[in-house]
Amino acid sequence: MRLINQKPGVAFAAFLTALPFALALIAYAIGSDIRLSANPSDKLLPAPSTILSTAERLLTEPDKRSEQILFWKDTWASLVRLLLGVGISAFLGTVVGLLIGLLPHVRSTLAGFVAVLSMIPPLALLPILFIVFGLGELSKVVLIIIGILPFLIRDLSSRVLEIPREMIVKAETLGATSWVIAIRVALPQLMPRLIQAVRLSLGPAWLFLIAAEAIAADQGLGYRIFLVRRYLAMDVILTYVIWITALAFVMDWGLRVLSRKAFPWTESTL
Amino acid sequence: MSFVTVDNIFQSYGNRPIIERVNTTIDEGEFISIVGASGCGKSTFLRLLLAQETPTRGEIRIDGKPPAKEPGLDRGVVFQRYSVFPHMTVRENVVAGECFRRPWGRFFGTERKAALGRADETLARIGLDHVADQYPATLSGGMQQRLAIGQALAAKPRVLLLDEPFGALDPGTRLSMHDFLTELRAETGMTVFMVTHDLEEGFKLGDRVLVFDKPRWDPTDPNAYGATITYDFDARDGGIPFQKIKEETNVLQPA
Repeated sequence: MRLINQKPGVAFAAFLTALPFALALIAYAIGSDIRLSANPSDKLLPAPSTILSTAERLLTEPDKRSEQILFWKDTWASLVRLLLGVGISAFLGTVVGLLIGLLPHVRSTLAGFVAVLSMIPPLALLPILFIVFGLGELSKVVLIIIGILPFLIRDLSSRVLEIPREMIVKAETLGATSWVIAIRVALPQLMPRLIQAVRLSLGPAWLFLIAAEAIAADQGLGYRIFLVRRYLAMDVILTYVIWITALAFVMDWGLRVLSRKAFPWTESTL
Repeated sequence: MSFVTVDNIFQSYGNRPIIERVNTTIDEGEFISIVGASGCGKSTFLRLLLAQETPTRGEIRIDGKPPAKEPGLDRGVVFQRYSVFPHMTVRENVVAGECFRRPWGRFFGTERKAALGRADETLARIGLDHVADQYPATLSGGMQQRLAIGQALAAKPRVLLLDEPFGALDPGTRLSMHDFLTELRAETGMTVFMVTHDLEEGFKLGDRVLVFDKPRWDPTDPNAYGATITYDFDARDGGIPFQKIKEETNVLQPA
């Protein structure tokens, strides 16, 4: 039997899914054990138990000076920036994507411009953003927007262009104006793709967020990681990394579920 | 008085003529089948009728009005595929036939209720009432085409254009769609243009069959000339019109 036709059973598939996670954990534990047995005060690979106790301390004990639990404060600050950036990008991306996809005049005007804009490395613009928008929240949100908006516009406008011409013509014969075609034909068919595109751009959004926070911030997940890097506090860094990964995963999963629940008509076609 | 006037239509894409010198007049309520080999401009002619494209020369008038610049409410269309909106339920698709002309593309309040009621009547008539709340993707090809026709008719167009509407259906479904279309036509008395690959279908449903072909052929440059209407058959009585004329004219009629 060919390899492409060999499928694992349910239990074995679950085992295979868990396997790389288990292997990574075991490899880390072994590595950490080797280093710690050679040098008990080694900071590079803290023991899993150390990470757990650090995580517990970070999640529950307030900071001595500010009387606040920094972990939650950082999480909140980062999430607000991320959601603002992604939300504004998603909104602008939808509007501009619809305009480019539906209106030939806007397409001629903007499509080339957006294609060139999307080639600018956003991080190279970061110093300019700090100068123009200051070191506050605005420059971080703008970095996320600059980072993911061109991708969203290109992806969404190409999706609008993929809507079969027949369907648009059909709407025209039913007396629909350009506006009605936009909100009743193009927009609803764009929404599943929007969620898909937002899922894909969450990775870059986190990257730009952490980069901006690492350079200039007074709170935030990325800021904390780069702060404690000075003390080689790997246990804190690893806790934050695991937390960021978990947040990103939950967002991705939530969007996937939302997409399936909110757009039942895509089920049998996509 | 002719209803649709096609006056000396030429259509070229770049330097390549697709159809040339197409002239015909169609009476209100006629069913016109359009047949011809692939690449002979049948679908181009339909797009011109639909006003999706503008002819390079000549003009098409419906009911004496100036030639349309873009598709509109007076022309309904059903394509071979993509004729229904996948993100709306079957019932909403029918309502769309009436409400897309509104500023927001939808009905509100009592108007909406009335439209839903009318949609249910339409669905019952076209035999789709049992799937009213499903999405088109769950329907078979024949049901989707029936829905597309029902949706087009809900907008009450003056002319219905069908571009190979049954081309993707299996033979059995195709036959029942023929009956369905014949019934609908008897009810509405609408002018219909249908492009088809199936000669039998064209003669069975049509009052007239227009054949598109290239009358001139340059063997060194097959694309030099466009196609035109080379035959215009009277397809009533199974396509044997002259027999009837003979019977009416040469047979002694009781006084």
